[in-house]
Amino acid sequence: MMDQAPAGLLVPAPSVWHRFLDSDFVFSFRQSPTAIVAAAVLLLFVLVALLAPWIAPQNPFDPTALELINSRIPPAWLEGGQARFPLGTDGQGRDLLSVLMFGLRISLLVSFCATLFALAVGVTLGLISGYAGGRIDNLIMRLADMQLSFPTILVALLIDGLSRALLPRSVHEQLALWVVVFAIGISTWVQYARTVRGATLVEKTKDYVHAARLIGMGPLRILFKHVLPNVLGPVLVIATLSLGLGILTEATLSFLGLGVPPTSPSLGTLIRIGNEVLFSGEWWVTVMPGACLVVLVLAINLLGDWLRDVFNPKLK
Amino acid sequence: MTSQALLRVQHLRVEIPTRRGVLLALDDVSFAIAPGEILGFVGESGAGKSLTGMAILGLLDPPGRVASGEIWLGERRIDTLSQREMRLIRGKQIGAVFQDPLMSLNPLLQIGDQLIESIRTHLPLSHEQATARALELMRAVGIPAPEARFTAYPHQFSGGMRQRIVIALALCAQPLLIVADEPTTALDVSIQAQVLHLLKSLCREQGTAMLLVTHDMGVIAETADRVAVMYAGRIVEIGPVADVIKAPVHPYTRGLMGAIPSLVPVTGPLAQIDGAMPRLNARPDGCAFHPRCPAATAQCRAQSPGLETRHGRQVACWVTQASQEAA
Amino acid sequence: MLRFLSTRLWNGALVMLGVSFISFLLFNFIGDPVNNLLGETATGAQKDEMRAALGLDQPLLFRFYSYISLALRGEFGISYRNLEPVGRLLMSRVPATLELSLCAAVLALGVGIPMGVYAGIKRNSWLAQSMQVASLIGVSIPSFLTGIILILIFSVELNWLPAYGRGDVVKFSNWSTGLLTVTGLKSLVMPSITLALFQLTLFMRLVRSEMMEVLRTDYIKFARARGIRDRSIYFHHALKNTLIPVITVAGLQLGALIAFSIITETVFQWPGLGLLIIQAITFADIPVIAAYLILIALLFVTINAVVDMLYFWVDPRVRLG
Repeated sequence: MMDQAPAGLLVPAPSVWHRFLDSDFVFSFRQSPTAIVAAAVLLLFVLVALLAPWIAPQNPFDPTALELINSRIPPAWLEGGQARFPLGTDGQGRDLLSVLMFGLRISLLVSFCATLFALAVGVTLGLISGYAGGRIDNLIMRLADMQLSFPTILVALLIDGLSRALLPRSVHEQLALWVVVFAIGISTWVQYARTVRGATLVEKTKDYVHAARLIGMGPLRILFKHVLPNVLGPVLVIATLSLGLGILTEATLSFLGLGVPPTSPSLGTLIRIGNEVLFSGEWWVTVMPGACLVVLVLAINLLGDWLRDVFNPKLK
Repeated sequence: MTSQALLRVQHLRVEIPTRRGVLLALDDVSFAIAPGEILGFVGESGAGKSLTGMAILGLLDPPGRVASGEIWLGERRIDTLSQREMRLIRGKQIGAVFQDPLMSLNPLLQIGDQLIESIRTHLPLSHEQATARALELMRAVGIPAPEARFTAYPHQFSGGMRQRIVIALALCAQPLLIVADEPTTALDVSIQAQVLHLLKSLCREQGTAMLLVTHDMGVIAETADRVAVMYAGRIVEIGPVADVIKAPVHPYTRGLMGAIPSLVPVTGPLAQIDGAMPRLNARPDGCAFHPRCPAATAQCRAQSPGLETRHGRQVACWVTQASQEAA
Repeated sequence: MLRFLSTRLWNGALVMLGVSFISFLLFNFIGDPVNNLLGETATGAQKDEMRAALGLDQPLLFRFYSYISLALRGEFGISYRNLEPVGRLLMSRVPATLELSLCAAVLALGVGIPMGVYAGIKRNSWLAQSMQVASLIGVSIPSFLTGIILILIFSVELNWLPAYGRGDVVKFSNWSTGLLTVTGLKSLVMPSITLALFQLTLFMRLVRSEMMEVLRTDYIKFARARGIRDRSIYFHHALKNTLIPVITVAGLQLGALIAFSIITETVFQWPGLGLLIIQAITFADIPVIAAYLILIALLFVTINAVVDMLYFWVDPRVRLG
């Protein structure tokens, strides 16, 4: 029987980077125009958010930079618009483009942190639950079930509202941002926990785990080395989709007046401010942040959908 | 191929386009089934047996498709029919029995309903007449007290009973041909013989032909008249069951027969065929079996052999043909 | 089945207990519970009486017990904001929220499910593909934004529909409805659509993917192999199997409707429970918040129990297995 490669020729094993580039993952990414566009858009938004303090044409937080004479200017392509305010200005002369950039920054910050928080809590609880089994598992899953019967927005709302009632005003002002992160994170940990627990249960029964235990490998090492890699894919899908959901939740909370403090306005806060002047005809103050929000979340959802297809074993 | 053949498959080629290229699942498959005949299809998993049955039924899972070849049912060519026309043939002229009866029956519908539905789709009977016929069918396949069980759901039956219901469903319109894809594989060994026997006797009674797909040689020996051995998407040997089993010609068939443990004590290790059947995306050039064949020649490596008729059966092999000619 | 139901009821009771305890803590430790119950304007004597009755020097559990017994009688105290009894205040807002939620539910189910069935069956048609795209966009728009855009188009620009409030309502006994007046109906349009949109896209996507899953199963294949008509396959075989998981989700979504109505009511100034709780939170109106918590918990526990029972009744494998 003939071998594939001529005998005697040593071929160096491909590096991790090359294997990644060659993998199914990258292959299907290249094949999917929506995934590429979505990823590009997301990257753009993240970069703008990160670099906002440096690339924004105007610093909207500096009261000395504002002039009331510049207020209520429509977007540049409409009659009355000016080129230096491409998206128009609000009632106090703030350049909407700059305000948007900073708002984007806050929105992304909050939901990234919330997603990471939920991921950390959820994955940890899932691993513990799956590995320990018995009463701990029961307790955690009961908690998860009970929380699942409430919609996430309600949980986030109630936590935020309660914190407002419980903390004195000044303390709350300072912590508001992190309260929001906590509220959103707590409302979404369950999905991670369930998925990870399921994977842990599957791996736990496998022979190599028994073998590892027999030779004295600690549970932490077993979990990290063996269970986590198997679960990374679905967790990534959940994380991406809940990033989008987190942005929407935060925007909703801020719109309701309960989210981030007014000193660090997010896209939701901006929409709320714009809503107050809706009937005076300055639609751009609301629509611009709204459009930004939708495009951002759409890009994330497209990416998440694609990721879900990639990791779906049934479609392989 | 005689003009009396009920089903004629000629040079059937089934391809599966994938992201990384086109896979060849069935390569130049040709055979015929006479009316009332039971033709067995045997081979390893992935050899293409089930696909052949699905192609005949017109139920290939997309993106799989028939790339070339012809399928004739009597005087009518059926591989080019639209789904609508094919639907009229399925059930009425060609029936099917699948492997897992639990999966084959809709868990939310009573089996009486499912029977009546099948009957009334093909036969112009009233509800009462169809019910009577359904009960008759249930009796014919050996379900005790059918009236009581008429309103039951699939999960309330045992595996063997479920498969009997599946058989009843397949035969309710008295089709000319049944495609039976591993009909007993999912059943307990003790039930397998009963269900097989039932299938065979019903077919004999109604004069129904059967394409019996299985990986179990014992099933073939019990039930089939002729057998086709499949390997890597091609038929390598096809002939009367007794002949092929007692005196296999193709090296693969010989390997298969040698690998079957018999009840007579064996003095040496079980014979095995080295290597494994190639996957669809890694088929060797020439004869697909040549990497595992003890008698492979240069011609085997270069060219794929076609089916040649020798001594009342057909074999696809250069080596045996050469030795036959020399003899 | 009984065992399952009892577990569920037990869980529900635990949740109620937990939530009531939180409410109790809120009520009694934030602000003055006597004021919470009687309002600022009560006399000194009344307050002393209440203090004794409440047993404020009694152990915690006793006070919890009296809180619960008061609650069961519908006594939740006095709202800080408008000095009305909280129980009556909540009840007066229920019709508005319920009516809105029901309209939205009908819309979401009545449009979402058929769209999903169509998209699942004719998955490659032009219409189905555009439905997929539209639904993806629909899931990316927060519902408050939908409301704002609708107001922008239909109120500000076109002036066809009223932006805020319920319009004229017809009252009878404890109920009030906007369905019987022109302005009432007009006012219902945009809020219902806003509330329904998110759920509609959800159902559409769910039904579509379930339908596609079901159409791939062996029993559908077998049905096709028996020559069953397409129409029968889709509506007799596949639909039933598709709708079962949808029922569970629909039930849970009812709960989500209540949650999302908070947002919709805020956008449209709809005088329901949602607007009330937002105002209460902004105002730190503790008695209202506490009572709302209990009400919502009760609602969700009930909905979940009903959904579970529904599931039992619908799936014969569970019922008879």
